[in-house]
Amino acid sequence: MSILITPTTKILIQGITGEFGARHTRLSLDYGTQVVAGVTPGKGGQVFEHAGHKVPIFNSVADAAKATGASVSAIFVPPPFAADAILECADAGLDLAVAITEGIPIKDMVRVKRAMQGKKTRLVGPNCPGMVCPGPGKDSHGGCRIGIAPGYINKQGHVGVVSRSGTLTYEAVFQLTSLGIGQSTTVGIGGDPVNGTSHLDVIKLFNADPDTHGIIMIGEIGGNAEVEAARWIKANCKKPVAGFIAGATAPAGRRMGHAGAIVGGAEDTAAAKIAVFKECGIEVAVTPSDMADALLRAAKAKGVKLS
Amino acid sequence: MNIHEYQAKALFEKYGVPVPKGAAATTPEDFVTALAQLPEGPTMVKSQIHAGGRGKGTFTDGFKGGVKFCKTKQEAKDLAGKMLGNTLVTLQTGPAGRKVQTVYFTVASSIKKEYYLAILLDRATSMPVIVASTEGGVEIEKVAHETPEKITKVLVDPAYGLADYQVRELIFKLGFTGAEAKNAGKLIRNLYNCFWDTDAAMVEVNPLITTPEGEVLALDAKVSFDDNALYRHPDIVALRDLNEEDPKEIEASKHALNYIALDGNIACLVNGAGLAMSTMDIIKHFGGTPANFLDVGGGASKEQVVAAFKIILGDKNVKGILVNIFGGIMDCNVIAQGIVEAVKEVGLKLPLVVRLEGNNVTAGKATLAASGLTLTSGDTMADAAQKIVKLVA
Repeated sequence: MSILITPTTKILIQGITGEFGARHTRLSLDYGTQVVAGVTPGKGGQVFEHAGHKVPIFNSVADAAKATGASVSAIFVPPPFAADAILECADAGLDLAVAITEGIPIKDMVRVKRAMQGKKTRLVGPNCPGMVCPGPGKDSHGGCRIGIAPGYINKQGHVGVVSRSGTLTYEAVFQLTSLGIGQSTTVGIGGDPVNGTSHLDVIKLFNADPDTHGIIMIGEIGGNAEVEAARWIKANCKKPVAGFIAGATAPAGRRMGHAGAIVGGAEDTAAAKIAVFKECGIEVAVTPSDMADALLRAAKAKGVKLS
Repeated sequence: MNIHEYQAKALFEKYGVPVPKGAAATTPEDFVTALAQLPEGPTMVKSQIHAGGRGKGTFTDGFKGGVKFCKTKQEAKDLAGKMLGNTLVTLQTGPAGRKVQTVYFTVASSIKKEYYLAILLDRATSMPVIVASTEGGVEIEKVAHETPEKITKVLVDPAYGLADYQVRELIFKLGFTGAEAKNAGKLIRNLYNCFWDTDAAMVEVNPLITTPEGEVLALDAKVSFDDNALYRHPDIVALRDLNEEDPKEIEASKHALNYIALDGNIACLVNGAGLAMSTMDIIKHFGGTPANFLDVGGGASKEQVVAAFKIILGDKNVKGILVNIFGGIMDCNVIAQGIVEAVKEVGLKLPLVVRLEGNNVTAGKATLAASGLTLTSGDTMADAAQKIVKLVA
């Protein structure tokens, strides 16, 4: 019915008492997400209250997981402390750590990624909007919303969306929902050059999920993650896939907002990635307004029903 | 963040990476004191700008070459006078070029052979990678394309650091022996320490040279840093040269806006980096040219929108504006109020197309409609882009 999370997944929030974390904890609770714990070192024993919800706060991830059964963390702690927060999730043996924090030094992520090798915990992000598994209610209420994405634009259904960019994910989801096509899970993997879960990792999960019937993959200039995923799709994925790459007009050598969105050579331009998408049978969205329509074209060509 | 060659070389010296002796000067009066620190004899004069291709560049007054070999210090002083304050155009500066505000004098080393050495992040493995080649002093992209076998790459495990056998591998592949091998080994290790300790995004030495005396020297130095890590390096932040940055980009960073100036005439104001990039793309797709990249971020305030309008209108090439906001959590009405306030404050005369979607969009559209402002609204990104392209045509 989804990948990595379900509407009943229990989540904890690292940085729940910060302004950013608190705001999005409230929105997740309003969406019907099972936020069962918060972690702020030194504030263990306090309670985060919102609209009748009482979320206990713990000093450590391990304490929170043990007491509440939370298996997933949403990380909202400031950049200097974010790498440590991720490692704490790995040490506590969580299934999933979703790092929302923007601006973590690359060196910290290089070290974190190395330290997480062989560990059970999967990292999504950092610098990402998080994940949404839409619920069955009105405006997809009752779903699992981890991070900062707008939950209400989703609709429960069968399309998987994976993207480096937050607002482009919302754009794609909004287009799908407007056409009456729901989503199984949307995953924002983040705009940093060193991140946990890659496009390919998510594509593999969507491919293996019987409830995901079609996939939208949104990428950017920089790196070769989209190309790696596209080649795997060509060899292994039978589901319809639509793709979009942002940054066709970006000048070389300039970092376009995301630390990872920078053209370094001939291989990581938008044109090069789009060419590989086409070669791999991915239906390319000509403009960002065309993402849902591109998936409809791909689904039609394969005789797949999306809704 | 980028720094100048002379700053990078000072950093190298601090880490024990040998460089030719040099001194920088920012005024003609400084030339004498700077040159006094160097021995008599062949001297290089190097324009200090944050762009490559300096040697092959041309100044706007016709003077050729931003890097010059001089037989004497007197000649170096004369040529420095032609560079300082002059504007240098290279393949990387764009047609406007960059004004040279610092010149750097160095001893002209005698070169036995040139090599290439760089350290950066390998995104595929999330590890630092050392890239080395026996083909130095030329464009490394060209070497990689034409003779990839001449490039050696060594991935460094961040848990262990650079291992001795890896340094030896590089030395053997580059063909160093005897005193050169010993010196090169020390240089590679020290350069790696410099890269790692300073949170550099890249250190590049092109060329790395050997001299007839067996020395191994970094003849050029290009260093850039990870902006996310600058908070823990105040000494590096102090090296920032605002003269090298677009004043509009500096102003934008004060308001936590992410702005990059481009050559086109349609300004864009967007929330989110991915959406901002694809807004530029869609303008181009429909036949227009974007004037900038501008990401107001996920939680833009009214003040930020006002500041953003002022910045994009500071670009004299701008003939029209496209606002594209997908308010997920952000309230579209807050953005709409910001637009109205900004337009009134700056007295906008140019065509403005606004595409709002998402949270509280009905109220946002009502605010725009009630404002009495002459603006065009777009329903989708495609619709909005087509409209603004038509309006500025």
